Amino acid sequence: MRTIRSLVQGLLCLIVVSLAAPAALAAPDDDGRALLEALDTDSYAAKGEAVTAIADSGHPQSRVWLEALLDGKLQRQEDGGRFVVVLANRGRHWPVRDALTDEDLGEMSRRDLDRIGINNALRGQLQNTLALLDLRAPAVSARREAARDLLGEVSPSMVEPLNGLVENEADDEVRRLLTQAIAIQRLERGDLEAVEALSGSLNTSVRSALSAAARSDDAALAEAATDALAGIEQKQKLNDGIQTLYFGLSLGSVLVLAAIGLAITFGVMGVINMAHGELIMLGAYTTWGMQQLLPGQPGLALLLSIPAGFLVAALAGIVIERSVIQFLKGRPLETLLATFGVSLILQQLVRTLISPLNRTVVSPEWMSGSLMINEGLSLTLNRLLVLGFALLVFAGLMLVMRRTRLGLEVRAVTQNRAMARSMGIRATRVDILTFALGSGVAGLAGVALSQLTNVGPNLGQNYIIDSFMVVVFGGVGNLWGTLVAGLSLGVINQVLEPWAGAVLAKILVLVFIILFIQKRPRGLFPQKGRAAEG
Amino acid sequence: MSSHSPAVPKRLFAATLLSLAVSAPAMAQEDPIKVGILHSLSGTMAISESTLKDTMLMLIEQQNAQGGLLGRELEPVVVDPASDWPLFAEKARQLLAQDEVDVIFGNWTSVSRKSVLPVVEELDGLLFYPVQYEGEESSENVFYTGAAPNQQAVPAVDYLMNEVGVERWVLAGTDYVYPRTTNKILEAYLKDHGVADDDIMVNYTPFGHSDWQNIVSDIADFGSQGKKTAVVSTINGDANVPFYRELGNQGIDAADIPVVAFSVGEQELSGIDTAPLVGHLAAWNYFMSVDTDTNYDFIDSWIDYTGDEMAVTNDPMEAHYIGFNMWAEAVRKAGTAEVDAVKDAIIGVSVPNLTGGYATMMPNHHITKPVLIGEIQDNGQFSIVWETPSTVAGDAWSDYLPGSRDLISDWRAPMRCGNYNVVEGRCGGGADAEVASVE
Amino acid sequence: MLASRSWLSRPLRERSTQIFLGVLLAALAVFTLLNLIVPAGHPLHVSTYTVTLLGKYLSFALLAVALDLVWGYLGILSLGHGAFFALGGYAMGMYLMRQIGDRGVYGDPVLPDFMVFLDWDSLPWYWHGFDMAWFALLMVLLAPGLLALVFGFLAFRSRVTGVYLSIITQALTFALMLAFFRNEMGFGGNNGLTDFKELLGYDLRSDATRLGLFLASGLALALGYVLCRAIVASKLGRVSMACRDAEARTRFLGYRVERVQLFVFVVSAMLAGVAGALYVPQVGIINPGEFSPIFSIEVVLWVALGGRGTLYGAVIGALVVNYAKTVFTGVMPEAWLFALGGLFVVVTVLLPKGVAGLLASLRRRRDDDASETPAQGASS
Repeated sequence: MRTIRSLVQGLLCLIVVSLAAPAALAAPDDDGRALLEALDTDSYAAKGEAVTAIADSGHPQSRVWLEALLDGKLQRQEDGGRFVVVLANRGRHWPVRDALTDEDLGEMSRRDLDRIGINNALRGQLQNTLALLDLRAPAVSARREAARDLLGEVSPSMVEPLNGLVENEADDEVRRLLTQAIAIQRLERGDLEAVEALSGSLNTSVRSALSAAARSDDAALAEAATDALAGIEQKQKLNDGIQTLYFGLSLGSVLVLAAIGLAITFGVMGVINMAHGELIMLGAYTTWGMQQLLPGQPGLALLLSIPAGFLVAALAGIVIERSVIQFLKGRPLETLLATFGVSLILQQLVRTLISPLNRTVVSPEWMSGSLMINEGLSLTLNRLLVLGFALLVFAGLMLVMRRTRLGLEVRAVTQNRAMARSMGIRATRVDILTFALGSGVAGLAGVALSQLTNVGPNLGQNYIIDSFMVVVFGGVGNLWGTLVAGLSLGVINQVLEPWAGAVLAKILVLVFIILFIQKRPRGLFPQKGRAAEG
Repeated sequence: MSSHSPAVPKRLFAATLLSLAVSAPAMAQEDPIKVGILHSLSGTMAISESTLKDTMLMLIEQQNAQGGLLGRELEPVVVDPASDWPLFAEKARQLLAQDEVDVIFGNWTSVSRKSVLPVVEELDGLLFYPVQYEGEESSENVFYTGAAPNQQAVPAVDYLMNEVGVERWVLAGTDYVYPRTTNKILEAYLKDHGVADDDIMVNYTPFGHSDWQNIVSDIADFGSQGKKTAVVSTINGDANVPFYRELGNQGIDAADIPVVAFSVGEQELSGIDTAPLVGHLAAWNYFMSVDTDTNYDFIDSWIDYTGDEMAVTNDPMEAHYIGFNMWAEAVRKAGTAEVDAVKDAIIGVSVPNLTGGYATMMPNHHITKPVLIGEIQDNGQFSIVWETPSTVAGDAWSDYLPGSRDLISDWRAPMRCGNYNVVEGRCGGGADAEVASVE
Repeated sequence: MLASRSWLSRPLRERSTQIFLGVLLAALAVFTLLNLIVPAGHPLHVSTYTVTLLGKYLSFALLAVALDLVWGYLGILSLGHGAFFALGGYAMGMYLMRQIGDRGVYGDPVLPDFMVFLDWDSLPWYWHGFDMAWFALLMVLLAPGLLALVFGFLAFRSRVTGVYLSIITQALTFALMLAFFRNEMGFGGNNGLTDFKELLGYDLRSDATRLGLFLASGLALALGYVLCRAIVASKLGRVSMACRDAEARTRFLGYRVERVQLFVFVVSAMLAGVAGALYVPQVGIINPGEFSPIFSIEVVLWVALGGRGTLYGAVIGALVVNYAKTVFTGVMPEAWLFALGGLFVVVTVLLPKGVAGLLASLRRRRDDDASETPAQGASS
């Protein structure tokens, strides 16, 4: 307990000092060195005390040390050499700065450095320390974040300084969160009144604390906690329903994205394009390549990948169309054979030219985390954006097909090729553009998928079967069908999953497709008229 | 089309079929020792296995630079079983019967091993299997240089229970035999240590599962019951990226619910954005971050070999390193690369591992290994937070499964049995089969 | 009409069938002799390894013939024939598992090893009977046959056609693959069934058994080929080809199209089951991988490459592609997918009727036959 109190006091000093600009000390800094020496131990308990000591010390570099320690970047030269802060730790040679003097030391070999390790307990302590610091940050968002992090993490000695913070806090949300954080701590000590302060909150830390209280030996407390929990569960049910729907739509949007390009090449042109998955893969690899070109700017790279991914996949599509598919006019089944060959070649090409291993695609800041609707319901941001992206791509595609000359020509050529040609439409050019469009959309799907799953040579294989199912289920040749089919299959899958398990849910969806096709042998939205025959 | 005589295609066809039969045994003046490498270079497993092929090629090159073995050169024979399990059996047969290799290093996943096992036994080959596996197997012809469950899973759970204070357990895995068996052992182990049924949640997902939304939200619920919760993950390869991403996005970090994984190593992390994973755990017998000179030398030679400054090393690579050196040592000891002699010579052989100790081949064809627990860092490496005080010998048969509690394996004369039942005092199944059918 | 003997023996009078059977049986005899009589080490010796490999190719060839029957002559592109193949394989595998008896690693007299260590306390009901060879062999035919019957009955009754039919056959095999991956199903999950010891009392590891299986595969292929030729040449075969070329018109002529489709589909599924049963003891493992949609697509590729609608073309396609795969994966392990993929592209673009089409056109050229061949039915 004493250590924690001193930790808090230390922090207060630290805050004061860190406001003053930390200047490099000219004189040999023996105190600082002693503080760091204490960290260089195998015992995590001793390290915990050393962290407290650093927080207490008010040393100008202490915040830098604590952050570096948290990141595993506080290191020491072998055999008791200097302490350094590593700036980047990939590869074998790392740029470092001196931890005490902040002097730039150039690069050092990783062989010569020993990391000062931390474990999860120590990480928790460090995060709390830094969170308390952040509670005084000027930005409201940082304070809210810090307050949320403190839920369930408050120790008795922190209550008093926190109470002080609550009084001085301008933001309502931060105040509410801090009050809750303190209430959780009171509940843990068996304070019956705390239950009231917490009832109705959907936060998981609150629920966790209430569940623990519901099992307590104090009958009155247990009853109150149980009641509070029941109320929370009630609210949570609705949330769970919305969440399942969201999960389903999100899975559905992935299916739609993967299938929509196929709905054009297969649905409209009749090419059974087994290389569709590999076109998706190309889009994903474009994102990776873009991020390699623009290191440190994953967001910009991702945005640029949208046009780039479209272009790369569309170009690949044109090459495939010119080199293979144009020779197979009127032989749709044989396009299956040839494009399967193309898909094998593309997969192996990526393995040979890039690597058989998966590539890292970084998520930009604005795609990580989740959007909080209420405390029990958060929508993950990356999936929300992918859902929006899917709808946007769909809308764009509809626009192209319905409102542009290309769309008109495409529809004309599919409905009656000979007639369209005699009307002066250059059917060959339309074929190329249609295939390029479908391929490009597959590339867009790849860009989006790179944010959700592995980017590797097998990426395409995982989506090709599902894509065909979606297109056929929706009705070949109908873009609306693909959209409805993808979203509804996604929702069905996610609704079934909680009680059937992931595997059984998928099997049931497949059986459902088989039975559905018996009822409607031409999919959800069958094509009408003569074009439907054959 | 050409105007060849019509018989040509048929003749061509017959000729190609015949060429199959002609197994060219081109004998060199001084025969090289042939080392078969049976790792998938295409298909789903190529992601993991292709680096192991390169590791073997590097080790062989290094050995040849030192003059080979017994004055003979080592010749690698690489084939691609293409992540196709029956093809594994076919390729193993090709290596042994047609290429006549002296030893095979290869396989990844239980099913590929199970597929190859009868072939290796029938044709009396040697197989070094470098990946952690479920145990419950001991073959006279197979050497298991990866971890058995008692060298990975059980110590990891011990760590979480004793050092982290975990009371509630999610056992999440891909639905195949390694997770099934490991989870079975862990369940038995946890219950032995007083964990209630309600505090264990078991979940299986198919291979390559990519939509984790529901499961992660279930895990979050399970973890919100006021007891420290951890996930023990035996989720296989590809499914991990979306799993960890979903964890990160639903706001579950290592401080709330740590995930300890048995199939996520440096190589898998090299394909993941590790920022949201920091602090999650993995249990292995080797980490690239191990601070020893042998390890740094190994990393340097690997980076030189691949020419990729960012190339990573991992646990199965170390297993091949150990396995290859053990085999080489046994060949030297036996004075021949002949299978039966090597098989006998290798038991008891000790070679340095990369973590600063020694690995010894035990009579049950498993080796001794230290167990390390590492936390994921933001640079895709692990920081070692705990390790066993000494090395642990691999158990072929788990003490926690009712069917195998009484079985032991000892391939030394006179026992020479992979599944000796100490209660009944007899050697069961497998090796005994021929004897039994003669009687 | 099907019962008459002349129906089955009619193909034996066809020249193409005579040539096919002649080549096949001669090849079987030659390889057997080269294996048995020529001493090992002699350049002409055929090793048991090669014999086993050829046996595997022959079982694949039978599968290709079965697929060609429905695709080439009935116009149904099944993307799920691997399912029937795998079911036949599993029926055989279950028999082989039961033959292990107490020689498994745990020594349990009844339960296979994977059940012992996953804590099954008794044999699931659907495993009963598989200790008897006749029952297992019956199931090799019945399991795929029944599945085809139910599936076909539903699909043909509802007049699901074309790509819709293809995709639901794919959904079928995909669903079965996921189901068989589940360890709860009791089929060994991903590991499948393996470590077989003996078949009908013969040790599976002995060279003689392997040669026997090779010959059995060859004979099964010969019989399957004759059966398919017989069906194709019969009146029923003509109706099925009529369905292929113009389903609606055939229906309007008063033929019960769905019955013909169902009959041919079920026969084809059973043949695929037999192929699976012959495949399993030769490769030593059956696992859900055989159900994978990609495998079924590969089978379609064999047939297309060999020449759809010619049964011997299907055989050639299966042999060529699988032989190429064996050679390429050994000779150029890093680049074999380029070769295989390139093969598919080149053959499709340059040889629209597959290898069989090439052979036919070469023969025509030799015969200096001026008359144009009748155009193939416009089918898709």
